[in-house]
Amino acid sequence: MTLIDLANPTRFLALTARVLPWLAAATVILLAIGLYQSALAPDDYQQGATVKIMFIHVPNAWLSMFVWGVMSIASLGTLVWRHPLADVAAKAAAPIGAAFTFLALLTGSLWGRPMWGTYWEWDARLTSVLILFLMYLGLMALWRAVDDPSRAARAAAVLTLVGAINLPIIKFSVDWWNTLHQPASVMRMGGPALDKSFLIPLLVMAIAFTLLFVTLHLAAMRNEILRRRVRSLQMMQASRVAFSSETGTGSRQGNASNEAGAA
Amino acid sequence: MTALFALVRRDIRIALRVGGGALIGVLFFLTVVVLMPFAVGPDLALLSRLGPAILWLGALLASLLTLDRMFMADHEDGSLDLITMSRTPLELACAAKALAHWLAAGLPLIVATPVLGLLLNLDMVATGAVALTLLAGTPALTFTGMIGAALAVTLHRGGLLMAVLVLPLSIPVLIFGVAASQAVIVGPMTFGAPFSILCALSLVSLVIGPFAAAASLRQGLD
Repeated sequence: MTLIDLANPTRFLALTARVLPWLAAATVILLAIGLYQSALAPDDYQQGATVKIMFIHVPNAWLSMFVWGVMSIASLGTLVWRHPLADVAAKAAAPIGAAFTFLALLTGSLWGRPMWGTYWEWDARLTSVLILFLMYLGLMALWRAVDDPSRAARAAAVLTLVGAINLPIIKFSVDWWNTLHQPASVMRMGGPALDKSFLIPLLVMAIAFTLLFVTLHLAAMRNEILRRRVRSLQMMQASRVAFSSETGTGSRQGNASNEAGAA
Repeated sequence: MTALFALVRRDIRIALRVGGGALIGVLFFLTVVVLMPFAVGPDLALLSRLGPAILWLGALLASLLTLDRMFMADHEDGSLDLITMSRTPLELACAAKALAHWLAAGLPLIVATPVLGLLLNLDMVATGAVALTLLAGTPALTFTGMIGAALAVTLHRGGLLMAVLVLPLSIPVLIFGVAASQAVIVGPMTFGAPFSILCALSLVSLVIGPFAAAASLRQGLD
């Protein structure tokens, strides 16, 4: 099973219909374990109970960048390989990524209020994530502004690849500009700087959120494929109705197109 | 090379003649800057503190407004198709068009800056700093904006959508442009660091802009 086998939307729908329940179940189980472990994790000696916001905040922040990465690969699929499902993947990922980014900003500012004394600070990391959020919204606006999906797909692909420049800036902003947001403590040279009692729940939550994204993304891709089918059936029906009213043999053709629409 | 030179000359000529609209950008710049004292009050000390930010914001908006002319007129009269099919690489042609656009619409903004600095109570050094940062930064605005202009012409949508797509990309230019100007006027920071990042942004956009614009034109025009 290679990527090109999935080019057939029907085969993709059949495969995801089998995989999705398992993915959803795994997500629910891992989320439950992760939340339970996060609740049991000890309070930090400085941050107190607010350290638990991190178990939600960090996975959201990781995924906000991961989703743009997925969209960039999908955009390459659109522009280079012309994979028929690549633009479906890119389109379906954008709102999910925007939601993760928004949650990362929201939980971050809720944590920042007691810890930094402010909801918002124009710090390099926060600003670059906010730009990422704006770009997600711009992409969604682009998808909505054009009614021809393939035309919108190519434009969105170019924009996604240009926006991918922001990802390394977000990742390294805390190292380049020495500002309020703390530097990386998990993925860094010389191993994680976190204690095991925090690290394990965090990793479980990160895997759970990634699975959540995969589940939501596959479901959204299925919806998008079905939505396009409905659209093309509607177009077919509309053109048939217009054609039959022109030629005057309306009733029989009209019934046929009704059946096609219902199917 | 001569083809690119001819393209640059043609674009500048079109922009400067009747109906070209390059100088409307300067007029808009002037109007935005004149509006600001009405919004924040005619306090000269406050204006001189906000001066660089106002000038940068005005220049950003003015260069955004003139952007959708870059490909739109050529698309309407068909010359964009000729440029796409010609033997000159489309990336170079896009770069030449952006260069012409910057010469016709970006440079006048910088020339107008000293006059507007006078209105905002900026002294000689501050005005010079803002003009210098604009000189280094506006190419980045034009070249990243070109991506938006190319998308707009392939989608047959301009205006607000393009602004929404282009403005997030121009935030870094704004940040470092204003930071460098403020460093000269008040700042504890040195002028060199933000200014060299600004120049780096311009150079990066000089590379990425033409490729992204050419890609979207090639994929989108059919």
